[in-house]
Amino acid sequence: MDRYVCTVCGYTYDPAQGDPDGGIKPGTAFKDLPDDWTCPVCGASKDQFEKES
Amino acid sequence: MRPVEIKKDVYWVGAVDWSTIDFHGYSLAREGTTYNAYLVMDEKITLFDTVKAPFCEQFLETIAQVVDPARIDYIVANHLEPDHAGCLARLVELVKPEKIFVSPMGRRSLEAHFHPQGWPIEEMKTGSTLSLGKRTVQFIETRMLHWPDSMVSYIPQDKLLITNDAFGQNLATSERFADQVDRGRLKAAMTGYYGNIVLPYSAVVQKTLAALLGMNLDVDMLAPDHGLIFRGEADVRFAIDTYLEFAAQTPRNRAVVVYDTMWHSTERMAFAVADGLMDEGVSVRVMYLKSFHQSDVMTELMSCGAVAVGSPTHNNGILPFVSGLLTYMKGLRPQNKVAAAFGSFGWSGECVNIIKGQLADMNFEVVEPQIKVKHVPDQDALAQCVELGRTLGRALKAKL
Repeated sequence: MDRYVCTVCGYTYDPAQGDPDGGIKPGTAFKDLPDDWTCPVCGASKDQFEKES
Repeated sequence: MRPVEIKKDVYWVGAVDWSTIDFHGYSLAREGTTYNAYLVMDEKITLFDTVKAPFCEQFLETIAQVVDPARIDYIVANHLEPDHAGCLARLVELVKPEKIFVSPMGRRSLEAHFHPQGWPIEEMKTGSTLSLGKRTVQFIETRMLHWPDSMVSYIPQDKLLITNDAFGQNLATSERFADQVDRGRLKAAMTGYYGNIVLPYSAVVQKTLAALLGMNLDVDMLAPDHGLIFRGEADVRFAIDTYLEFAAQTPRNRAVVVYDTMWHSTERMAFAVADGLMDEGVSVRVMYLKSFHQSDVMTELMSCGAVAVGSPTHNNGILPFVSGLLTYMKGLRPQNKVAAAFGSFGWSGECVNIIKGQLADMNFEVVEPQIKVKHVPDQDALAQCVELGRTLGRALKAKL
């Protein structure tokens, strides 16, 4: 599964890790994150992420 | 320093750093700076932020002119960077505060900086409030302005917004209020601060200011943690409008030609590029990287829509000061620029392609062709450089 990078702060969402603090289980693909999910570091919205190149 | 009462029972208790020019290891604060901290004398005596560690003793003496520091009940740390939290550990030991308030991201930042044992830390999210007695404090997280931990503190009873690094300026002055200094000097300092610290987060600035304005907070004073305080509705508006202008990064009819040089060939090319820009009616500043710091260039770039970058080829690369500038510039993510590359070479000539690649990486619109000259430019080569300047000037004007 693809990793996605926050264009604001540089945080990388790794599906293998999920976002445990945000209630996202490991194994959750980026596209399956809820629409109101935000970057755990800087609060940027999902549309501010880009697929890791 | 003398404390200054900025509102009834609210005191500036910061430190003026007249001497430090190296600001945080990457930029120059040529007019020094201040580390502002604010003391609120209410039923709960509350300190907002501290100062850089070398100023700790002076800071405690300033506070002591208002109240014995040991009587402080609450400490609010709006941001954990060491110029504002540098005295936190010392204060916690001395004051034994009842509570230390930080944002949720601030807790992580505080733990990673201080590795605290048993500190009474409490997290304040956006919307959290704290009663000090006669006053309440409302906390608003301002993540990435300019660290994840950043937050601002609003005291409605005083119409006071303590803004941490937002609206800051590096100016060491005896005055505490923005209306007491020359406005051009103030704006230049705001420009330098924004261009070297806040610029990458311009989209966040726009979003955060829109949210703050949407909250309709009644504010007649913005108290940043560096430099001068904005008092009165007109100056509050000035500060906000200035930030909106900075964040918009609308191209202006001004260019910076920045270069380094070995035997003055690239320098002569720089002057010719500048001539071409002037031919097109563009205001130009030429900056030699052994005379100007990378942060001076970024400050200048804030008011420019175009940048021309020159370096000779050196050992199949570019000169380190140019490389350093481009790395620094890329991190600050300036937007809406047109750009050009030029430079001299001896035998291999990689310089312009390297510069072009880095400018393109920043999403600048790079004009063609790049101009490279073997050893020493003749009149034809200089004429090509003038033409490059004109091309850049026309590309800029097309964006205005």
